[in-house]
Amino acid sequence: MTATTSTPAAPATPAPLVDATRDDASLRRFLLGLPGVDQVGVEQRAAGLGTRSIKKDAKRWAIDTAISMVDLTTLEGADTRGKVRALAAKAVRPDPERQDTPRVAAVCVYPDMVATAVEALKGSGVHVASVATGFPAGRTSREIKLADTRIAVDAGAHEVDMVIDRGAFLEGRYMAVFEEIQAIKAACGDAHLKVILETGELATYDNVRRASWLALLAGGDFIKTSTGKVSPAATLPVTHIMLQAVHDWHAQTGELRGVKPAGGIRTTKDAIKYLVAVHEVAGEQWLVPDLFRFGASSLLNDLLLQRRTQVDGHYSGPDYVTVD
Amino acid sequence: MPVFEYAPAPESRAIANLKDHYKPFVNGEFVDGSGEPLKTINPATEEVLAEVGTASKSDVDTAVKAARKAYGSVWSKMPGTERAKYLFRIARLIQERSRELAVLESLDNGKPIKESRDSDVPTAAAHFFYHAGWADKLEYAGYGPNPRPLGVAGQIIPWNFPLLMLAWKIAPALATGNTVVLKPAETTPLTALVFAEICQQAELPPGVVNILPGAGDIGASLVEHGDIDKIAFTGSTEVGKAIQRQVAGTPKKLTLELGGKAANIVFDDAPLDQAIEGIVNGIFFNQGHVCCAGSRLLVQESIAEEVLEKLRYRVSTLRIGDPLDKNTDIGAINSAEQLAKIRGLVESGDAEGAQRWTSPCPVPDRGFFFAPTVFANVHQSMRIAREEIFGPVLSVLTFRTPDEAVAKANNTPYGLSAGIWTEKGSRILWMANQLRAGVVWANTFNRFDPAAPFGGYQESGFGREGGRTGLEGYLNV
Repeated sequence: MTATTSTPAAPATPAPLVDATRDDASLRRFLLGLPGVDQVGVEQRAAGLGTRSIKKDAKRWAIDTAISMVDLTTLEGADTRGKVRALAAKAVRPDPERQDTPRVAAVCVYPDMVATAVEALKGSGVHVASVATGFPAGRTSREIKLADTRIAVDAGAHEVDMVIDRGAFLEGRYMAVFEEIQAIKAACGDAHLKVILETGELATYDNVRRASWLALLAGGDFIKTSTGKVSPAATLPVTHIMLQAVHDWHAQTGELRGVKPAGGIRTTKDAIKYLVAVHEVAGEQWLVPDLFRFGASSLLNDLLLQRRTQVDGHYSGPDYVTVD
Repeated sequence: MPVFEYAPAPESRAIANLKDHYKPFVNGEFVDGSGEPLKTINPATEEVLAEVGTASKSDVDTAVKAARKAYGSVWSKMPGTERAKYLFRIARLIQERSRELAVLESLDNGKPIKESRDSDVPTAAAHFFYHAGWADKLEYAGYGPNPRPLGVAGQIIPWNFPLLMLAWKIAPALATGNTVVLKPAETTPLTALVFAEICQQAELPPGVVNILPGAGDIGASLVEHGDIDKIAFTGSTEVGKAIQRQVAGTPKKLTLELGGKAANIVFDDAPLDQAIEGIVNGIFFNQGHVCCAGSRLLVQESIAEEVLEKLRYRVSTLRIGDPLDKNTDIGAINSAEQLAKIRGLVESGDAEGAQRWTSPCPVPDRGFFFAPTVFANVHQSMRIAREEIFGPVLSVLTFRTPDEAVAKANNTPYGLSAGIWTEKGSRILWMANQLRAGVVWANTFNRFDPAAPFGGYQESGFGREGGRTGLEGYLNV
């Protein structure tokens, strides 16, 4: 089952990648020089892998793994401290009647809710992630984006989910996008940075690949598909391209970076399709919460219901899982 | 390191409705053939699946007489609209019995269930639907105002796509008003005999379709029979040549769809990850038992190392094993004989100095299996670059310029298919014009459609199957 590339872990970023970011022109040349993505081919591959049949032990393993990868999310104008505390409680004990249920990876909230989430999750091992940088549109000044990031980090966020400047990207100002990610990364300090590409606005698979590499070059710890506020959000083909990017990045640099599809993943069946893609496109190493997350809210309850079905041998129904 | 071990997800073999004994189908009835019965085995386990009655020379004569009678009295006289109804009915019955056919095909042939389920059976049904549409529109096909059928067609098909090849043969023959005597391959007769049941279910007039299991000698009797108007053969070039010699000097029409050694050509500006998928699909689909398999990878020298590295990683994720498991990517080699042939050619590759890489995937210890293999540093002067291996073995060669790619791709006695991978549209068109191959795929591979004609150049045969062009082989034009 194990398959590893024959590339040894390189000690430092290889010269071509260092050169790639020297100036605007080199960055543009590098990104436009990446191999194109054939739409038909990538969609065919995603559909093909989607027909894997995951049953019995494999399904149980996949459900528990998926639960442990969830970034349980609430990103509404109507969020209150009560809502965030309820979500934190759910994150720590997803299924109160079954203590062996894994905890989720993180709770994801707006910056002004970080302190509440940190307080509620103290000592639980569940991380607090915060969206920042003028989420979801990101149409604001650099100062505000940096301040937004610092507010989240100072309040105790372990992870920051930033949005790239899609306007600059679509204008072809790649260096501006690159420098902004670097600046936010610096403002994160010890916090991990997830870079949201908002693939639904990038329009082409070629752009998804370029944006993925741009974010990796700029130091993003994770590349994330979407804010969840734009349709289409996460799709399998887009996630395939991003998984391929982190796989190739590892082959060239020896560094492990993560992927997070977000938005629109609601069922266990879909989540398992994503795990199969992680397994077969990126590689087995990526099947850990440090390297793969689901940005989700309603997915968790479906995972819990399916988990009960696996254990009890019958389906329990939505009234048997908690609604927070 | 986490372990995501896919639990077995086998399709139940009970769905195949496997019987202990199968019989030849002549004149609308299952009859006891007077040939020596053969045992067909499951190549994944080497267990006997069933005993199959076979035809003898006299049975061939009986079947041809039945086909001739059906042709003269019913089928050639029937209006196209009526013939179409039978074809539509057959197509729907294939769909209705698709799971049974898929499981049976995987049992008998060894191909993975995901392929028989998602590719072979649906495409077979599609061929009947497509040709049903032609049955009452032949006057608009471009072959004159009232194109006439030929008469009785003798059809001989291979073991790599037993049901699909049957559909490729029978659908156009029936649509154009011919009747047929078909001989399935010796090692894979079962789905053809279930198809015979479908003909009964569809109430197809007796004698329109006759199916005679047997070995090569029965094929030969069919070819030399005096009252046959047309021979259609898919199989090896060697047998194809023998058939052509036999038919020479007779009024019989002939179409041959034979071997291949297709070049899959990857340029440095290709969509690399999808090219890797296409390479994998091109050579490992159906264990490489595909006449149009992309068995020669021609990759631009500037990206050869990168492509090989990506390819090896991707191939190592392929799952080889039980063909009935829904997660199996590569099934069993169809017979011990074929496995020996593959091994022999792989040894020649080693001896001639090519660099062999074999996937580290676990391989079952029972049955006929061969792990996916990629040979690098292959040159045109090696056997593995020239001979058809017909197994999961890829030969990788390099080229420097588009002209050189064309020269190397065309430097083969075969010419069935080719693949081009580049993001440059003008180069796709230029290459496609240069390549001497019946099918040229651009940025994809192994895509089939009943509306697209398929066939070869040179030693890959002549005549086309599928599309408007494919009708010609069964019309008196």
